[in-house]
Formats: sequence, C-alpha cells, structure tokens
Amino acid sequence: MKRFLTVLMLLGILLGFTYGIACAAGEAAPAATLDSSVKAMAALAAGLGLGIAAAGAGIGQGKGLAAALEGIARNPGASGKVLTPMLIGLAMIESLVIYSLVISFLLIGKL
Amino acid sequence: MEHEPFTWVSLVPFLRDLPGHVSNGIFVSLIIVVIALLGYLQLKKTESDIIPASKLTFRNFAELIVEALSGLINTNMGSRGKEFTLLVGTLAIFILFNNLSGLVPGFLPATDNVNTTFACSLTVFFMTHYYGVREHGIKYLKQFVGPLLWLAPIMIPIELISHLARPLSLGLRLFGNIFGDHQVTAMAIFFLPFVLPVPAMILGLFVSLVQTFVFMLLSMAYFSGAISHEEH
Repeated sequence: MKRFLTVLMLLGILLGFTYGIACAAGEAAPAATLDSSVKAMAALAAGLGLGIAAAGAGIGQGKGLAAALEGIARNPGASGKVLTPMLIGLAMIESLVIYSLVISFLLIGKL
Repeated sequence: MEHEPFTWVSLVPFLRDLPGHVSNGIFVSLIIVVIALLGYLQLKKTESDIIPASKLTFRNFAELIVEALSGLINTNMGSRGKEFTLLVGTLAIFILFNNLSGLVPGFLPATDNVNTTFACSLTVFFMTHYYGVREHGIKYLKQFVGPLLWLAPIMIPIELISHLARPLSLGLRLFGNIFGDHQVTAMAIFFLPFVLPVPAMILGLFVSLVQTFVFMLLSMAYFSGAISHEEH
C-alpha cells in the first residue's frame, strides 16, 4: 500500500513538472481590450471599492483594538493572553479587505 | 514593470523554464529539506540529549522550532494533537519559509501565486473530510443535516456553501496578503528608493508571521470541528 502511494505521488509530481514546462513554453493568450467607458467604470470601481472596504475594516479593527487595550490596562499580567486572540481577530477582519484588494488588482489588470 | 523580475533561480539552467513560483517553491523546499536532513543527523548524537548546549547551536535551533510548533498544536487540539502535528507543522514551515523568502531581494515567494495557496488550502479541505470520515464513518454526513430532520432541505445548501467557502477564504487570504505586500514594497521602491521600503518590509515581516499563524489556527479549528464528538 505504501509503495503504491509513493509511486502515485511521484507520478503526480512528474505530471506537474511536465504541465509546468508546457505552460511556460506556450506563451500567454493575447489580451482583449475593453471599451473605454467600461474601463472608466472599472477604474472607479477599483478605487472606490477598496476605499469602502478599508473604511469598514478601520471601524471594526478600531473597536476590537479598543476592547483589547482596555483589557490589558485593567490587567497588565494577562497581556499575552489578550494579545493572541486580538491578533487573530485583526487578521480575520483584515482578510475581508484583502479580498477587495484582490478584486481591485484584477480590475486594474484589465485596464 | 513589464519585464520579468530577476530571481536567483533564473541562473539555474533547468529550473529557468518552469513558471516563476514553481521554481522558487522548489528552491525553498530544497532549503527546508536540507535543514530537516541536518536536524535528523543530529538525532543520532544521543549523549547530549539530557543536557542541552549553552549556545545557540543548530540542534537547539531545530528543537526550538519543533517545540514551538508542537506546543501550539497541542494547546489548540488538546489530546489528539500528535496525529496532526505532521500535516499542520509541515504546512506552517512551508508557508513561513516561503513568505519570509519574499523579503530577501531576488526571491519570489511561491505563495505570491494563487496556485500555491490554493494547493495548501485544498489539502486542508480534503484532509478535513478524510479525518472526519475516518473518525465517524458515514455518520459524518449527519453534520450537514443540522439539528432537526425536517430542516434538512434548508440546512444542506447552507452547510455546503459554508464548507466550500473555507478553502476559498484560506487560499485567498494568504495569497492576498503576500501578493499585496509584495506590490506595496515594489511601489515603495519606485516612489522613494531607500527610505520608504523599510516600513513596508517591517510590515511584510509581521504579516508573514501572522498569516502563517492564522492559517495554522484555522486548519486546526477545521480539524477539531471534523473530529469532535457530540457530548450530550
């Protein structure tokens, strides 16, 4: 069973290599250009969308951070235990902004 | 910024033909394998097991990493932690080394590309269901039904969508953070060459560590959710 799985894994890696080399050899497809009014809306969406996402994240992270800092101020010895969930919460809220950032990059790529 | 960025891997003749993130990923994996092999060779020296060396030797460094990782996993997963240490620890070290390699000039982090991050998150997704089925048998599917049986037609689509959103969010979060960070550092170099990239790189260091930590925590939360037994 173990040998079968090892052979299967090596076969998968070999296939991955071949596909990678084939992909890099055949270059990218020609880019399609959009209409200029569509481009204007795409540029507007890229900027505004990220701005609104950042505003919401600023408010959310500010409230979370305020609660964490108040907890540390009341009990300085527990600062390690308060810091870890605070970092996790900040990363979760920030990930929503990151999704919007990825969409903005995609839109800017199409400009 | 239209030309191909320079990487050290483009000097190696065979790896040059592969896509950028694959060759850099291979390079970082080779570094990890060399470190792991050296650490394994150290395991044979058993006379220094009891009394650790006083300076920061290679053995102490490797033990530090392994203890930190397994301490984190045992804290979060309780008694079943030992089975998951291999998968979660490997993912964590791979993602950490890849993220940190983006700060060194000349390297392209493999997590800069959606393919790598979705590979990691799809691995976690499939292993969640594998562990769940191995633990519970076919009754694992009862999780999708919800508390009451007649609610099933509403609960099943909701649970399916939330389960499918997990690998998507895991992969996109890691990709967005590392890729966005790389772009910000590139723009900072463009605007104000030697001063502005420094805060961007400090942020990059912080973000690399935090994103690895968050990926590990979420994976462990999904594993715990899959293997948890209902206590009535």
